[in-house]
Amino acid sequence: MQTVLGQPTLTGITFFLLFVFATLYITYWAAKRTKTTTEFYAAGRSITGFQNGLALAGDYMSAASFLGIAGLVALKGYDGLIYAVGFLVGWPIVTFLIAEPLRNLGKYTFADVVAYRLKQRPIRTAAATGALITVLFYLIAQMVGAGSLIKLLFGLPYEIAVIIVGCLMIAYVLFGGMLATTWVQIIKAILLLGGSTILVFLILLSFGFNYIELFSTVTKNYGDKIVQPGGLITNPFDAVSLGIALMFGTAGLPHILMRFYTVPDAKEARKSVFYATGFIGYFYILTFTIGFGAAALVGQELIMKIDKGGNMAAPLLAEALGGEIFLGFLSAVAFATILAVVAGLTLAGASAVSHDLYVGVVKRGRADEKQEVKAAKIATLCLGLLAIILGIVFKGQNVAFMVGLAFSIAASANFPALLMSIFWRKFTTQGALWSIYTGLTLSVILIVLSPTVWVEILKNSQAIFPLKNPAIVSFFASFAVGILVSLLTQEKEAEAKFESEKIRSYIGVGAE
Amino acid sequence: MKDRILNSQEFKSLVRSKNTISLILTVAQLFIYFGFILLLAYNKEFLGQKIYGPVTVGIPVGIGVIILTWLLTGIYVAWSNKKYDQKVSEIREKLVGGE
Repeated sequence: MQTVLGQPTLTGITFFLLFVFATLYITYWAAKRTKTTTEFYAAGRSITGFQNGLALAGDYMSAASFLGIAGLVALKGYDGLIYAVGFLVGWPIVTFLIAEPLRNLGKYTFADVVAYRLKQRPIRTAAATGALITVLFYLIAQMVGAGSLIKLLFGLPYEIAVIIVGCLMIAYVLFGGMLATTWVQIIKAILLLGGSTILVFLILLSFGFNYIELFSTVTKNYGDKIVQPGGLITNPFDAVSLGIALMFGTAGLPHILMRFYTVPDAKEARKSVFYATGFIGYFYILTFTIGFGAAALVGQELIMKIDKGGNMAAPLLAEALGGEIFLGFLSAVAFATILAVVAGLTLAGASAVSHDLYVGVVKRGRADEKQEVKAAKIATLCLGLLAIILGIVFKGQNVAFMVGLAFSIAASANFPALLMSIFWRKFTTQGALWSIYTGLTLSVILIVLSPTVWVEILKNSQAIFPLKNPAIVSFFASFAVGILVSLLTQEKEAEAKFESEKIRSYIGVGAE
Repeated sequence: MKDRILNSQEFKSLVRSKNTISLILTVAQLFIYFGFILLLAYNKEFLGQKIYGPVTVGIPVGIGVIILTWLLTGIYVAWSNKKYDQKVSEIREKLVGGE
């Protein structure tokens, strides 16, 4: 099979420019509606539950999960499904435990909730640190992925790709705030879900709409192993540890949590997670089919020839089934996917800096609207530039561990403090600080000592910490330390405030 | 007003029912996902068995986890939309003064 993948094609560039112009026009439109802090951080709380469901899906489904999981399924078969499932199972946790209280208690960031009845400055410093570090690791992984994927898709040099992505993401967030970011994410979600649905339709079309035929073809070509669990899960501790990181990390990702402030109330917040879970689940089922379709119709040999990791399985399949036009469309979709995720991350990181660190800590909560919006914009610009620089610095480095690390930090630094501040009366400032910093430092130290960094990157012969993901230790340690320290340090004031927090959390009286 | 809400039977039962539902569904979700993971770790052969032509047990089980995950959030949202919101508006009307 001949492929035009990796060369700039007319259709690819047309779709790409169409997307860029459309989103920049939206940004222009949004900019006129983005003056106050509520508008900048939370789109004026004007997004409906359904729209937010799409935007959450757009914020969460990264190019790594679209191209990466399709590739993983194409090359490793069933193991790709196991991996995909892990990225979905955190959403019910968000629904059952976090979404509504978060919406009722907070204003713009999850630190608002943790600091609700505890001491503002130390808590905001700690929570913002957790948020910022989560965002940074996730962002580096996305930028490096963006550079290499765009290079494979369009043939654009790595550095240029990173700079284009960086500049567009800065433009969306800086001028259009949350409103522009939300609509970029909604458009991307529709394009990604629509594009994948068409691709799956074309796969089924070539198998006479007989799903079983698809499995027969792949097992005939690659043996039964491809439909059986393989080497992904061998050590149960490793598997459970990664599972904890993915499950509870989803409920601690700052850019996801921030999206709940864009809807008018807790009811819409709850509805939006239901839609998001449906969209993401549907998407992973499509991705699974696309992976097998690529193995059957493109072949593992060609997929690996183009990219050893299999990332080009879906685009190659698009070309095989829908020609150059569909390839161009899908490449532009992949590009949109990257942009929507990095824009959400940048906005979340910038809010941690401006709302929590600058206004909450430096200004002790005393800053007017204008000052805060200005601080948020400066933070956006700095974070965006930093992301571009880090993206270029980490070129060619193995950054796959950074996504796992971001999830581990989210699960062990952000989630426990958030959960305990909502549900536990006796939670204290000291308890929260110890919990956050324990989760954070343990995650970072253990990942350095783990096989993923100590052996694969630092080239030592044996890992000091045996598991690939630290969450099984850092998650429980963070809870244990948080509980222990809280019991040792009573905080009468915080306990007293718990009652009024309960009224606001459960029935939304006084929610912003 | 605060004490009246906090001490009212309605509010107490609201909090209790919501926490119970959240807890039960969270445990169910943990059970489903970690059950799947541990099954993969300890009994790969079972999931690798063929049940229909080339389709192995693992395929419907994996897809099933995805669908169950979505269904559980659906149960929660349906319950909240129906029961929880109604109780909240009752409490608001009676005790907060129908804001």
